[in-house]
Amino acid sequence: MSASDDKVSRRAVLAGGTALVVSFSLLPALRARSAAGSGLPGSLDRAPMLDAWIRIDEHGRVTAFTGKAELGQGMKTALRQIAAEELFVTPDSIELITADTELTANEGYTAGSHTIMDSGTAILNAAAQVRAIVLNAASQKWSLPEARLRADNGFVVSDDGKRVGYGELVAQRLHVAPSASSRLTSPGSYRYIGKSLPRVDIPAKVSGGVAYVHDLRLPGMVHARIVRPPGYGARLRDLDASKIEHMPGVVKIVRDGSFLAVVAEREYQAVAAMTALAAAAKWEQPAALPEQREIFTHLLQQPAQTSTILDRGTPAGESEPAFEATFRRNYQMHASIGPACAVAQSKDGVMTVWTHTQGVFPLRGAIAQMLGVDQERVHCIHTEGSGCYGHNGADDAAADAALIAAALPGRPVRVQWMREQEHSWEPYGSAMVTKVRAAVKDGRVSSWQYEVWSSTHSTRPSNNAGNLLAAQHLAKPHQQPPPRAIPLPDGGGDRNAIPLYTFANAKVMHHFIPAMPLRVSSLRSLGAYMNVFTTESVMEELAGQAGVDPVEFRLRHLDDPRARAVVEAAAEKFGWSRRTRAAGHGCGFAYARYKNQSTYVAMAVEASVDRSSGSIQLLRAVAAVDCGQAVNPDGVRNQIEGGFIQAASWTLFEAVGFDRSGITSRDWSSYPILRFSSAPHSVEVHIIDRPGQPFLGAGEGAQGPAGAAVGNAVAAAAGVRIRELPLQAAVITAVTGS
Amino acid sequence: MIDLHVNGHTHPVDDDPQTPLLYVLRDTLQLNAAKFGCGLAQCGSCMVLIDDEAVPSCVMPIAGLAGKKITTLEGLGSGASLGTLQHAFIAEQAAQCGYCTSGMIVRAHALLMRNPAPTDAQIREHMETNLCRCGVHMRVLRAVRRASDELQKNRKRDPQAAQP
Repeated sequence: MSASDDKVSRRAVLAGGTALVVSFSLLPALRARSAAGSGLPGSLDRAPMLDAWIRIDEHGRVTAFTGKAELGQGMKTALRQIAAEELFVTPDSIELITADTELTANEGYTAGSHTIMDSGTAILNAAAQVRAIVLNAASQKWSLPEARLRADNGFVVSDDGKRVGYGELVAQRLHVAPSASSRLTSPGSYRYIGKSLPRVDIPAKVSGGVAYVHDLRLPGMVHARIVRPPGYGARLRDLDASKIEHMPGVVKIVRDGSFLAVVAEREYQAVAAMTALAAAAKWEQPAALPEQREIFTHLLQQPAQTSTILDRGTPAGESEPAFEATFRRNYQMHASIGPACAVAQSKDGVMTVWTHTQGVFPLRGAIAQMLGVDQERVHCIHTEGSGCYGHNGADDAAADAALIAAALPGRPVRVQWMREQEHSWEPYGSAMVTKVRAAVKDGRVSSWQYEVWSSTHSTRPSNNAGNLLAAQHLAKPHQQPPPRAIPLPDGGGDRNAIPLYTFANAKVMHHFIPAMPLRVSSLRSLGAYMNVFTTESVMEELAGQAGVDPVEFRLRHLDDPRARAVVEAAAEKFGWSRRTRAAGHGCGFAYARYKNQSTYVAMAVEASVDRSSGSIQLLRAVAAVDCGQAVNPDGVRNQIEGGFIQAASWTLFEAVGFDRSGITSRDWSSYPILRFSSAPHSVEVHIIDRPGQPFLGAGEGAQGPAGAAVGNAVAAAAGVRIRELPLQAAVITAVTGS
Repeated sequence: MIDLHVNGHTHPVDDDPQTPLLYVLRDTLQLNAAKFGCGLAQCGSCMVLIDDEAVPSCVMPIAGLAGKKITTLEGLGSGASLGTLQHAFIAEQAAQCGYCTSGMIVRAHALLMRNPAPTDAQIREHMETNLCRCGVHMRVLRAVRRASDELQKNRKRDPQAAQP
């Protein structure tokens, strides 16, 4: 079923008068309302039919559907737990279908820590409503009141011993519109939600099972490689491919404008031909980039769209004494371990694309536009890839595969990018500048003025071919649409720019820079990482100036009891009040509520800095997290631990290098990331569970607090505060004087 | 034709002798575990054991591999009969996306074969060659420790049997 069918079917069903009596007990999980304002919980309004989410066949086999995708965050396990909980079946009995443009609801992108919040809430409610229908059907079948029935592992059982399977009761009868509220199981009796069930995908991943799009082998499949231009804006001027056409295994060379690819029977034949093709291609390349050392000045000189996103009280005037600081963040990359990959096949008038995109539907629209066909002619199926952490090369590889497959009708085409292509062509997290002017009076922040400058944080496909790299390189290129700021409350560059503290006088301005000298898009947590880094760095500094303990200083400005709870828990578990104070040794703290509306995370970090070499060593990290009802606590811990390590890597080591002609970070030696030797001795995560509260998501909540706590610990240990990310090289310079 | 000895079986392959082993494993022998990560021997995703040493397969032409014993993750256990390290990675849930996991397990296997009771520092140093972007480093370290502890217990029971 597709989302567009649903509206028609829903109307038909409502007109037909199928009466579903579901009694209401409004538990807090239902407060996770859809953004569309339909009143349906979570993503239910994206496909308002129960069988868009849950189906039961005549044998009682349960299939759950989600428009979200497994990115390695464990959603395939968590969503089964949720469905099983309300259906009263076991999680392993449920088949789960994930993002597929022909099978699932259109839930947009799997991004923003929304999977459990949106899809999990939809499935929770759909499953509860299906269970109600099952019980109602049994009640009618046996003419027994529902009070005498119970659902039990796929069967309805009566108190006088009758028993009937779900399949017999409701198979094919779930094409029913959902209600706005559901009779939900009480959290006190949960059997699966809140339990750390092992991930369903890990066994294949530790034993070489088919786990990724990279592992697909379709009959007759050929391998393709792309020859990308040497840099942004380069045009293919001249190509003599005659010799390459005769290389072993070469099936075809595909050229359209500056899009260039080669197809071969075997994978390494494609790689060899790609190398030869790259050597044969002559490009025209403008010197398109600013100098890296001038990038922040360059960005600040670009026209910007300024909006005031907070204006409270009367912040201090220019003439009054205040703390002032400017922070800078270099471009940083997703840097997936596996380069992007996709398989596409053009057959019977339909282009099927197996892709590790975060959004099969918006990618479908973009690919259809690129190919000049109707959306119905493109079928995108999510298949796992290497972790993406946002919008990386996945969508572009899918577009590459589709273009090549269009030139080879019938044959499945597998494309994988090379390492240097992933590093140099993926859309990075934008460079950013933040500026704070603040004053403290009587131990409290009396004035807070904050400004953030950033390019966009989303150039995702969004049904527009102009967002696909390959489409930009065609002879008739698709133009990239003008970038737009992501509106609050989620925000883009201004995500988490509004302080969470009770500052009486505060003003926050967002300067959105439409220009993007380097290709940029969504990197895990978008602007929140930099805004939390800035805010929490300054809070630590202001606390120092005021002579107040940094944790106590934050608590003075926090009213929200859940915020206070994570701050207090992280401080206590870390032993903040007893922390080590020694030369070359330092502790740092940070707190944020992600997007000002979802997961609460507080972190404390201990680090040392070698005062002769400037080398930073992380020692330990302690986090406290409140993500509402935790579905799989170990899954939450894994996300927060991983988020900490990744954000620590960004903070210490990562900056995309470039010169006038192009990107110079083209492999792991020119873009180093954290290795085992730099990982701390321990990372502890403490979950403050909130049974029955709405799901808040866990995937990105750690990024800001982790970066800031690392920064604060390093500043304390080094005795000097660096305000440009990443820190390690600058700390060496500061400590050694060279 | 080159005879490659992979996971206890001999496979005559007709790929160009300059083809790196990784492509032959994945494309010709249809083994999934070893992954293309960088093609530059910088990340460890493609690691396999060659005569019990963990090496990146992405830059190693098959020309010199006839007669060598090649073991991939598949050779360490599959399906219902997983190896000690594979069990340990599941027990510690030491993965997110899992793309680096094969290389991690193969790399750790080489260490435990040589030194079944490494110190934490030795584990960390040995694993330095392998990159993970999801940040499951702490779990990987715990999984290798767990597998090592398991081996110690098994060796006490049967000194011959225990394999990582």
